[in-house]
Amino acid sequence: MENLIALLVAAPLLGAAVLLCGGRRLDPVGHWIGTVLASASFVIGAILFADMLGKDEEHRALAQHLFSWIPVEGFQADIAFQLDQLSMTFVLLITGVGSLIHVYSIGYMEHDERRRRFFGYLNLFLAAMLLLVLADNYLLLYVGWEGVGLASYLLIGFWQHKPSAATAAKKAFLVNRVGDMGLSIAIMLMFTTFGTFAFGPVLEATGETGEGKLTAIGLMLLLAACGKSAQVPLQSWLGDAMEGPTPVSALIHAATMVTAGVYLIVRSGEIFNAAPDAQLVTTVVGAVTLLFGAIVGCAKDDIKKALAGSTMSQIGYMILAAGLGPIGYVFAIMHLVTHGFFKAGLFLGAGSVMHGMNDEVDMRKYGGLRKHMPVTFVTFGLGYLAIIGFPGLSGFFSKDKIIEAAFAKGGTEGWILGGVALLGAAITAFYMTRVMLMTFFGEKRWQPDEHGHEPHPHESPKSMTIPMIVLAFGSVFAGGFFGIGDRFLHWLEPVTEHTHGHPPIGATTVTLSTMVVLVIGVGLAYLQYGRRPVPVVAPRGSLLTRAARRDLLQDDFNHVVLVRGGEHLTRSLVYVDHTLVDGVVNGTAASMGGLSGRLRKLQNGYARSYAVSMFGGAAILIAATLLMRAV
Amino acid sequence: MSATAVHSLWTTAADPIQKIDAPNIEYGQLAPTLIVIGAAVVGILVEAFVPRRSRYYVQIFVSVVALAAAFAAVVALAASGYGTTKAGIAAMGAVAVDGPALFLQGVILLAGVLGVFTFAERRLDPVAHGNRVDSFAAQAASVPGSDSEKAAVKAGFTTTEVFPLLLFAIGGMLVFPAANDLLTLFIALEVFSLPLYLLCAVARRKRIMSQEAAVKYFLLGAFASAFTLFGIALLYGYAGSVSYATIAQVVDGTVETVNPALADTMGNDALLLIGAAMIVMGLLFKVGAVPFHMWTPDVYQGAPTPVTGFMAAATKVAAFGALLRLLYVVLPGLRWDWRPVMMGVAVVTMLGGAIVAITQTDIKRLLAYSSIAHAGFILAGVIAMTPDGVSSVLFYLAAYSFVTIGAFAVVTLVRDAGGEATHLSKWAGLGRRSPLVAAVFAVYLLAFAGIPLTSGFAGKFAVFKAAAEGGASALVVVGVISSAIAAFFYIRVIVLMFFSEPRPEGPTVAVPSPLTMTAIAVGVAVTLVLGVAPQYFLDLAGQAGVFVR
Repeated sequence: MENLIALLVAAPLLGAAVLLCGGRRLDPVGHWIGTVLASASFVIGAILFADMLGKDEEHRALAQHLFSWIPVEGFQADIAFQLDQLSMTFVLLITGVGSLIHVYSIGYMEHDERRRRFFGYLNLFLAAMLLLVLADNYLLLYVGWEGVGLASYLLIGFWQHKPSAATAAKKAFLVNRVGDMGLSIAIMLMFTTFGTFAFGPVLEATGETGEGKLTAIGLMLLLAACGKSAQVPLQSWLGDAMEGPTPVSALIHAATMVTAGVYLIVRSGEIFNAAPDAQLVTTVVGAVTLLFGAIVGCAKDDIKKALAGSTMSQIGYMILAAGLGPIGYVFAIMHLVTHGFFKAGLFLGAGSVMHGMNDEVDMRKYGGLRKHMPVTFVTFGLGYLAIIGFPGLSGFFSKDKIIEAAFAKGGTEGWILGGVALLGAAITAFYMTRVMLMTFFGEKRWQPDEHGHEPHPHESPKSMTIPMIVLAFGSVFAGGFFGIGDRFLHWLEPVTEHTHGHPPIGATTVTLSTMVVLVIGVGLAYLQYGRRPVPVVAPRGSLLTRAARRDLLQDDFNHVVLVRGGEHLTRSLVYVDHTLVDGVVNGTAASMGGLSGRLRKLQNGYARSYAVSMFGGAAILIAATLLMRAV
Repeated sequence: MSATAVHSLWTTAADPIQKIDAPNIEYGQLAPTLIVIGAAVVGILVEAFVPRRSRYYVQIFVSVVALAAAFAAVVALAASGYGTTKAGIAAMGAVAVDGPALFLQGVILLAGVLGVFTFAERRLDPVAHGNRVDSFAAQAASVPGSDSEKAAVKAGFTTTEVFPLLLFAIGGMLVFPAANDLLTLFIALEVFSLPLYLLCAVARRKRIMSQEAAVKYFLLGAFASAFTLFGIALLYGYAGSVSYATIAQVVDGTVETVNPALADTMGNDALLLIGAAMIVMGLLFKVGAVPFHMWTPDVYQGAPTPVTGFMAAATKVAAFGALLRLLYVVLPGLRWDWRPVMMGVAVVTMLGGAIVAITQTDIKRLLAYSSIAHAGFILAGVIAMTPDGVSSVLFYLAAYSFVTIGAFAVVTLVRDAGGEATHLSKWAGLGRRSPLVAAVFAVYLLAFAGIPLTSGFAGKFAVFKAAAEGGASALVVVGVISSAIAAFFYIRVIVLMFFSEPRPEGPTVAVPSPLTMTAIAVGVAVTLVLGVAPQYFLDLAGQAGVFVR
């Protein structure tokens, strides 16, 4: 069975290779190749899953050692895979949602002449992401980590003819680089501390290691997670990343890649468990981001950017849960999976709306679309109910547990974190209701564009609606399936450990409060956007609104502090480089050149002077040999 | 000699005639050399008896078959354990058959095959009077520019003698690293040097320069040979024998039998030190170490480029083989005396080659200075005096010879009206006009510079590692500094080829026949394979790295 693991990665990798190297003659079939190979990976994943279910829970983990990548004494890097319940969860999510989005993209990218290349990149992404979650050591994980970063960069900038897309890709790449630096430093620290990168030995050895070192490693891992998962302070790239084609936003920037940070923290659970300071910082990052993203989501008129803010916020929940330690790991992953369903569904819905609206993204120019796009409306609506935590739907089960766990952290921290999580739930309800109302309800607000073409909203083709329907099923039932009877908890517990916290307030109270804030959020949004007509031109808004529209001034902050500061730093470094370093270098080079020119003159072309030089050389050689004996 | 002794010489006739034992020659173990020398003799007969039209083809056939057969013999010997367990001395103590000898013979034979290919190239020069011509003069004996030369060109003569000459040179080179006594060493030295002097003189174009190079090479080579021979005489005086094993025993003080006639001089350390230094000097001349390097640039530039490529590769292999054997078999007991001196030579060779190369403007001279610097790097491995030192040098030589032949083969392709365009300014923008040729040459340059993923890096790493472990860390520091200096001029050529505007009257790149193409392709392939996966070949060199004593 374990021999199948490599095939999981190999199938999409083959697809990427074939599609990217195959050239134009593959254009007519490229999307089918990509979709079939992605689905093949899903089928293999399903087979492995069935096999895993057949075993008792202590012996479910599989391992496959392919070959020694860098075998140096004391530095062993292996290409080896590990498939346990945690990896399995990700494999199914990645290949499942991935395959659906491949199918969706067939329709969505139909008129794009570079569709083959798009599918090649998507397959590359799947391969890298699977490598990330299947690696059995941090170094190989790092390969996958960089691979998904590359695929993300290529796909955000897929429409590179748009300067905004090219810039967004560059921005994502650069911001991620900061996080990647954290991961590489963490790996180096691990090597110096533990002498290995493999998960098993590293995580087992945490018991005998000083807390200071573990805190440092934990914080570096957190930095990596912040970059990849768009958490404060490295959140600024995610909004711009929406420049990529919508299936990309759904797959990479909502369902899978951005959750890699959560995976990293949960996978490194033992390190964080032994480093409470790092855990605290993690929870703070999660809490701040969940509010940050939610506030930004309230102010955006661009449907994809509003959803991006929401993604940020939801991942904030997961990071918060992961930072809580064993009381939160399971719920972080559970929310990650349910979020994968409903957020991918929401993005596909948004893509479907844009498809019908001539790629218009401004929600102020939508309105009343429910009549024109019934399937999109229903699937989007179910995703909406799931994300706000409507009782019985997916989000309800997973988010509720996180809020409960946050309170269970105990002490003042517990109250603060729990309160923030509750507040976040209210804001989530508000901004999602706003998106829903502005898009599907009210009067139609679309107008002819500058060429006089009026959009004719229409339902999308089957290849797009079917994935949306499948994902809507997941949005509705996944949470209940996982949550009722603690199924997911029992599934994941052997890997992540789980302890029940002691919440200061009862679970019922938490659920009830969640319901209350939910109603408040939805009600406020209804008052604002449902009862009154939505202005086509955005009103000026309060100071907070304006700041939120500018992503809470994140770019301004980065520009002033990092860009300007960086420019000053580089300018002074360049000065030092020009005067000092270049001086030394050029001086050396010039003196070498001069020396060379002088020595060259010895080579005068006369055999007689060559002979003299040989004679002199021989004399010196003999004299030196004799001298050596004399000394 | 006392009077009675003299008398006895005259009276021995009265004694019963002593039976002279026939020398015992292990023909099988000497097969590689015998095949090549035999083929060279056949080549001379071909010159005498085969019609002029078909000589070229017959000569190529004979040469390639002989070299392939000799290589097969080397492989067979190595496979049957003569490189390791069955290593021994053959031909009454004259020739050693052991790992280093077989390894270097294999390298020399492969280099020889590629050399034959480049010698046989006839597509590069424009057709003269309806005849395809190669790099060699129509008639070497005719005065350049004279009527007799014109007549020879018109008649379509070619100097097919280059093939037997090449085979003789290879034959000598095969013996050189295997020579196990000083006389064999000297004879092998002359056997391979004389054909090379001749080959240098027979360029088709710029023949005055070619002849000047040959004369210089010959004069200086003769000068160096004289030193070597004198050194041999002194060592004989010291040890009473020319056999490596006996000399080593005398050096170590473990000698058993003493020739009474030499009892007075034996064990005189002055003879030993001076003699050893003079023999080593002769070998350093052949490898082109500073200050015995002065011939290298002039000869490399003047000689026909195929000859330069072969000579640069194979001479270095043979000479370093002989130097290794001399230092590791004969003089290990003397290492505290020669090691510091050789370190000095290595330092000035590395630095001298690299520094002077910076200001060169001719590609062939540039490569000549580069070869000097490489001689210094190899010396660093020689000085290690460890088994790793031997194997690293063997590996380096194998890697270096393929790069060198390939690089000079590329030089033959870049031509203008005057033949090969060797001035560097003419190479500007070559990468835009002929990206493939420029890319191949760039690979060679990167290998010369020792950039990872090329054989140059693996070789350099091996010798530096051996030198550092052998206690010559200072040498490694100098080596790395020289590598940095050397990288400058290699990269400069790459920059020139790819980032300069092509000149309007720039040279064209000729399309060679499959012969040269094979030589270049094999060179690139070996360079990359040895660079990407060097371990197998390092192991091979490691197994071969033990001298028989």
